[in-house]
Amino acid sequence: MEGSRRNFLKLAGLSVLGLGAAPALTSASKAAAQTFDANPQALTGTHWAMVVDVSKCQDDCQDCINACHQGHNVPALPPDKQKNEIKWIWHEEFENAFPEKPIGYLPEKFHHKPFEVLCNHCDSPPCVRVCPTKATFKRKSDGIVLMDFHRCIGCRFCMAACPYGSRSFNWFEPRLYLDKTNPTYPTRTKGVVEKCNFCAEQLAVGNLPLCVRACKQGALVFGDLDDPNSDVRKILNEKSAIRRKAELGTGPNIFYVI
Amino acid sequence: MLEKAIFGSKKFYAWMTFLGLLIGIGMVAYLYQLYYGLGTTGMSRDVSWGLYIAQLTFLVGVAASAVMLVMPYYLHHYKDFGRIVILGEFLAIPTLIMCMTFVLVDLGKPFRLLNIFRYPTPNSILFWDVMVLQGYLILNLIIGWITLQSERQSVAPPRWVRPLIYLSIPWAVSIHTVTAFLYAGLPGRGYWLTAIMAPRFLSSAFAAGPSLLIILAMFVRRFTNFDPGARAIQTLAKIVTYAIIINIFFFFLEVFTVFYSGIPSHMLHFQYLFFGLHGHGAYIPFMWASLLMGLAAVVVLLYQNVRPNEKVLVVGCILVFLATWIDKGLGMMNGGFVPSPLEHVTEYIPTLPEILIAIGIYAVGFTILTALYKIAISVKEELRA
Repeated sequence: MEGSRRNFLKLAGLSVLGLGAAPALTSASKAAAQTFDANPQALTGTHWAMVVDVSKCQDDCQDCINACHQGHNVPALPPDKQKNEIKWIWHEEFENAFPEKPIGYLPEKFHHKPFEVLCNHCDSPPCVRVCPTKATFKRKSDGIVLMDFHRCIGCRFCMAACPYGSRSFNWFEPRLYLDKTNPTYPTRTKGVVEKCNFCAEQLAVGNLPLCVRACKQGALVFGDLDDPNSDVRKILNEKSAIRRKAELGTGPNIFYVI
Repeated sequence: MLEKAIFGSKKFYAWMTFLGLLIGIGMVAYLYQLYYGLGTTGMSRDVSWGLYIAQLTFLVGVAASAVMLVMPYYLHHYKDFGRIVILGEFLAIPTLIMCMTFVLVDLGKPFRLLNIFRYPTPNSILFWDVMVLQGYLILNLIIGWITLQSERQSVAPPRWVRPLIYLSIPWAVSIHTVTAFLYAGLPGRGYWLTAIMAPRFLSSAFAAGPSLLIILAMFVRRFTNFDPGARAIQTLAKIVTYAIIINIFFFFLEVFTVFYSGIPSHMLHFQYLFFGLHGHGAYIPFMWASLLMGLAAVVVLLYQNVRPNEKVLVVGCILVFLATWIDKGLGMMNGGFVPSPLEHVTEYIPTLPEILIAIGIYAVGFTILTALYKIAISVKEELRA
């Protein structure tokens, strides 16, 4: 009796080991088989940035916002839920985009001019610093601050940390408020944070960001700060630009030419 | 000893049933929140933390205040605390459990909670907060249980608990310091971006926690045969008095720096809380009530210290508790998030489901507190008999 019990335990132990090892082995072989090559057309840079030429922006135009929000399945919440809205790129007036008012006696034509605001893809992003799961991270290759929607636990620490209000939380099931779904970009579920991803998925297939392509006035210019011949560097070499809350040391990468 | 938490008088059963009912209501409200999303709360894009995280902040303080009994008794051998030190440790346990539950119900994806451990991220203060809260819970569970068991068997506690007790002293300070660091290191939030955040937290904690303990000790004395001792209560009263005075002093230090420097991103939050901003000011009466109650508490407690009177003391303790609860439970979040970094004013008013969930969690805490206190007091009554 004693012997048979011991044998049974041995057998049971071995089979548990086997069960544990089997998926590990199969997944290891799968990982070895699946390798992905980067798209040769992909836009590559090491320090992506954007210049917003505010004077070119048209007052009632929503093209960049629509292109971004439709392309990324950003839901449009009904008017009674506006305090819970989700925004990747949106308009603010000067005094809200720059509450510390770095320009005194701002020319009158800019008083009610829309200022495009979006994630600044900071050099030193506070949101990444506070995230307890690394669900939001700064991509080493090009500096884009990205989100892993599947890892986010929805603690919203990043929203408290972001000094630009660039992060949105899915307070409700977002798919209920999507008229059309773009099948090439994932939708989200309730309970996770999201924000502008500098169109990482577009860059990967060789396209400029959706907002940049949508702007007929050419008010949005995208490029690599590390490349002295890039469009953004050319503009910054000619015109002075201001950045939002640069004094906080976050190193914002959206430049505003006024 | 656990059996002592199960059997009791009719009043005990009635109380536990009442708490169970509140927990049930809270759970239904939580299921509703889980189903529809956190949009069922009053929180918003601009005010992304609310009642839940505020309660976490307040209760961490109550838990940390156990050190105000542990330190005098174990480090300074202040004998009068011998009988009630267990009440402090057993208060810390349910408050820590409440803290963690408040974090859990605040998560958008509670089922992914373990991601905090799967992907440990030492640069996140939330990671450290979860770590130190758990550590303090385990410490208090071990220390409280072992010392009570030894007391029951009329033997000295085993030697190996001593180091744990000494460790629990700085650990108590750490839990509230780390909780303050959640806020005090965020670059864009002027109301929180101040080095005095942790000292303010600790001083309000050492006022609120012991004042709750005084009320609990008086309650225990009235309804059981266990007397925590009038001298112990008076010493606690002194601790509360010092702590609330220091807390108000720290508050005015902050007010000076903010208003004398005149930096708008720091000033606007105080303006919103105490005077209103852009026509919004839901919390003006609460904030003034908190400040005035705090000041009144100082007068009452100082008077009580000169002419000890437990009825006056209770009034002082209630004032302290309410003043510090409003300051941390309402002011902390609303002041921090309003106005937003873009200087928009979005007001936050908790919704009914949110309040029911919070009440449910408090009921969980009180259930555990009642059970633990019942065990401790039964052991003490047994020893006297």
